[in-house]
Amino acid sequence: MSLHTDVTSPHHYHKVVDCQWACPAHTNVPEYLRLIAQGRYTESYLLNRESNVFPGILGRTCDRPCEPACRRVRVDGKPVAICRLKRVAADLRDDVTPYLPKAPAVRNGKRVALIGAGPASLTVANDLLPIGYEVVIYEKNERAGGLMRFNIPAFRLPESVLNEETQCIIDMGAEVRYSTTVESLKSLLDEGYDAVFVGSGAPRGKELDIPGRWDPGARDKIHIGIEWLGSVHFGHIDKIAPKVLIIGVGNTAMDCCRTSRRLGGVDTKVVARRSRPYFKASPWELEDAEEEGIHIIENHAPKRFVIEGGKLVGMEFERLEWTEANGRQTSTVIDTVTIPCDEVILAIGQDNAFPWIERDIGINFDKWDMPVVDKTTMECSLPGVFFGGDSAWGPQNIIWAVEHGHQAAISIDQHCQGLSVAERPPQGMHLASTKMGMHSWAYSNDFNPSSRATMNHAELVKRFSKISVEVELGFTPEQTATEVERCLNCDVETHFTASLCIECDACVDVCPVNCLTIAPVAESEAELRTRLSAPAENLAQDLYVSEALPQTRRLMVKDEDICLHCGLCAERCPTAAWDMQKFALVIPYAFAPSDTTIPVTV
Amino acid sequence: MTSITKPPVRHPGLPKNALGFTVRDYEGAMSTLCAGCGHDSVTAALVLACWELALPPHRAAKMSGIGCSSKTTAYFMKQSHGFNSVHGRMPSVTSGANAANRDLHYIGISGDGDSLSIGLGQLSHAIRRNVRMLYLIDNNGVYGLTKGQFSASADIGSTSKKGEANLQPPIDPVLLALTLGATFVARSFSGDKAQLVPILKAGIMHNGLALVDIISPCVTFNDHEGSTKSYKFTREHEVELVAADFVPLRREVIAPETDAAVSVVTMHDGSTVRFRRTPEGYDPTDREAAYAHVRACQQRNEVATGLLFIDEHGQDMHAVSKTVEMPLVELPYEQLCPGNGALQKLMEGFR
Repeated sequence: MSLHTDVTSPHHYHKVVDCQWACPAHTNVPEYLRLIAQGRYTESYLLNRESNVFPGILGRTCDRPCEPACRRVRVDGKPVAICRLKRVAADLRDDVTPYLPKAPAVRNGKRVALIGAGPASLTVANDLLPIGYEVVIYEKNERAGGLMRFNIPAFRLPESVLNEETQCIIDMGAEVRYSTTVESLKSLLDEGYDAVFVGSGAPRGKELDIPGRWDPGARDKIHIGIEWLGSVHFGHIDKIAPKVLIIGVGNTAMDCCRTSRRLGGVDTKVVARRSRPYFKASPWELEDAEEEGIHIIENHAPKRFVIEGGKLVGMEFERLEWTEANGRQTSTVIDTVTIPCDEVILAIGQDNAFPWIERDIGINFDKWDMPVVDKTTMECSLPGVFFGGDSAWGPQNIIWAVEHGHQAAISIDQHCQGLSVAERPPQGMHLASTKMGMHSWAYSNDFNPSSRATMNHAELVKRFSKISVEVELGFTPEQTATEVERCLNCDVETHFTASLCIECDACVDVCPVNCLTIAPVAESEAELRTRLSAPAENLAQDLYVSEALPQTRRLMVKDEDICLHCGLCAERCPTAAWDMQKFALVIPYAFAPSDTTIPVTV
Repeated sequence: MTSITKPPVRHPGLPKNALGFTVRDYEGAMSTLCAGCGHDSVTAALVLACWELALPPHRAAKMSGIGCSSKTTAYFMKQSHGFNSVHGRMPSVTSGANAANRDLHYIGISGDGDSLSIGLGQLSHAIRRNVRMLYLIDNNGVYGLTKGQFSASADIGSTSKKGEANLQPPIDPVLLALTLGATFVARSFSGDKAQLVPILKAGIMHNGLALVDIISPCVTFNDHEGSTKSYKFTREHEVELVAADFVPLRREVIAPETDAAVSVVTMHDGSTVRFRRTPEGYDPTDREAAYAHVRACQQRNEVATGLLFIDEHGQDMHAVSKTVEMPLVELPYEQLCPGNGALQKLMEGFR
């Protein structure tokens, strides 16, 4: 069996770029960080926008799957602050309007309806408008943005950023029907659209049906998290009682507790069933809440609402102890405690609900009464109807909604052209040497040992004075300059040409992290892993295995796990068998098929 | 960037030796030799050998003369002592250092120019004195620093980079050492660390001068088609003589007495080794046989590698000279310099 790694298709090199691989939209992170390093904020923003559509919004709110994946975590513990660097590009860019695609003067005659004006639908519009589609968006509220507008508090996402990034898509020529609720999918289909995209989100917050929930003295003091955040956004709610309990510990709970703190909930507590390692909220959101004096209580399961004298006075919880056996967590009740409170906000999850989709129009629903949606094409069982964002498979995050939108746009385009939606356009790649001369590379290959930059926050007093005061102040120019240099440039790949190798060992000897080995032929990758210069125990990271080397028929093997992309192997290679080559993944979009997209290059 | 530095980051899973050091703790400055130079592989092999031996870096002294090879003492064990001496004079300087402090491990690094031309006499006498040291010859057959002229180890008929053939016979340091009575003679190849590292470890621990001739190709001036010291030529003509490994001195393990062809012996780490009685074969303690073998290989255009000769009973310089047991640096002043009276008494003995 040949273990030789195929690097002629993008898979291996793409996986080496951990951040890009982890990002649902496969944003070309290293490239945009280099553009920031060069002060080319506008180009950086546009490169970002190509894949993730909302760099300003995501630079503040993204769930950042790229960061836990970052190679820097494995090297020195802390990822590059990718997300907040994205914000730097968005904040410091020039006007991008002249560079954005526009709808052509002559449309292609196809009409597409999008339900909901959230990130998924707006991405579909962004991808289809430039190639001549007529796009009609149905939005139940008066403004576009969906959950980004109504559920993310203004102290995390300023309205101006949201307005600009949503409006620029609408300005490409979408028709938005605001304050228009779709009551029936059947009648919408009857209007003769060539395709329909459902991007209506997961708008129904989960209930907590325990004793006391519907007591007349309590029910007005118990709120559903996302509805309550929406009411605060619209100004229907502008204060809350001092003692507030937030039930649940996801990111919505974090937005609720911090909003509560600003509206008068000076004693706001978050109560979780599980212990901290199992919290759903991102670690940085927990930290930000705690910085604002929010107390997070672990291992408490809600039992009942306590009502005295016809008034909500507290909640009773069972204190739990969790034990693990056979990989399963089980809890035992230690005792029961009552925590006093004036109001309660439930933030324990969201569901989709489709009362407006008729069950007899050809859309299959599963046993949970959710539509069956194809994971690749985003199409349901009724051809021409597509789902994306939270409405497809329940709550995820904005960046997933964007990727759903891109894929749905490709499907819609193929559907409207009479092509099979199942046949996906392939990804492509570019590889180009970065060698400039002796000791000179077209990227900053010197390892920067700085530690991760810490975000500066507005003072607490200032924060609590007004709900729209943005907490994060962004990175300073100095912080930005250092943080971009922490990036290891994983997209500058160690590209090996076996036929040139003279097996002098120079690369093996110089590699600072011992990731190279010239190994005898092995039967399996597992066997090969036992013979390397340093332990190769991270099975999530692939090995690169060369063809047989010319002189001894041995194999050049590289463990991709810890490689710093410092280029020393190529620097010390006398025959240029190793070269540092910049990899660019070519991602197909509806507006640009895979063979025409050329990413912005340095 | 205009120059390269090796990032201080290391692989988090790197193992540590008995002193708590990783292999990277035995590194030195970044090499300024040509990319692909065999000498850099020798340096890497030394780093590995010293790390595996858990040699305390401050108990080693790196000695060198002049040449590409002699630069390499800067490229490993930056915490060790070092002396970069005059061209060809490394053996004498090392003899002096060893006379003064016999407790250090001496690692002398020389080349075919430094040792076989200008320093040949120095090398010969260091061998005769059996100075306790590891003596490496990074042998590439050319003078690299002066742009690639043939050295004294270039083979007859091997060509320069421009195609001119060498007409003079080579000096073979292995045969030279055997004739001069060396107690440890080995040859290896920079491109074969599996063989080289154990030989270096054994050489460092040898009680006497351990001469290791290392074919170490010069990528810039002597890695072409007509070369007999290129990576390709060496790989095609290498004949491994004995698969040598080095076992450090530990408590004695007694093999059970048995008549069976295979005896099972439990080792210090709990593992077992099965010894099969070897048939009559190569004996690295037979000087005549070693000499004949190397000559025979030479005539067949082969390069004999491996541990070629060892005499563990040889007496080193201190034993022969009956010097004081304690290193001179630690000797109390009254003993080191016993005064005019003692000198006069000594002088009297010569009259």
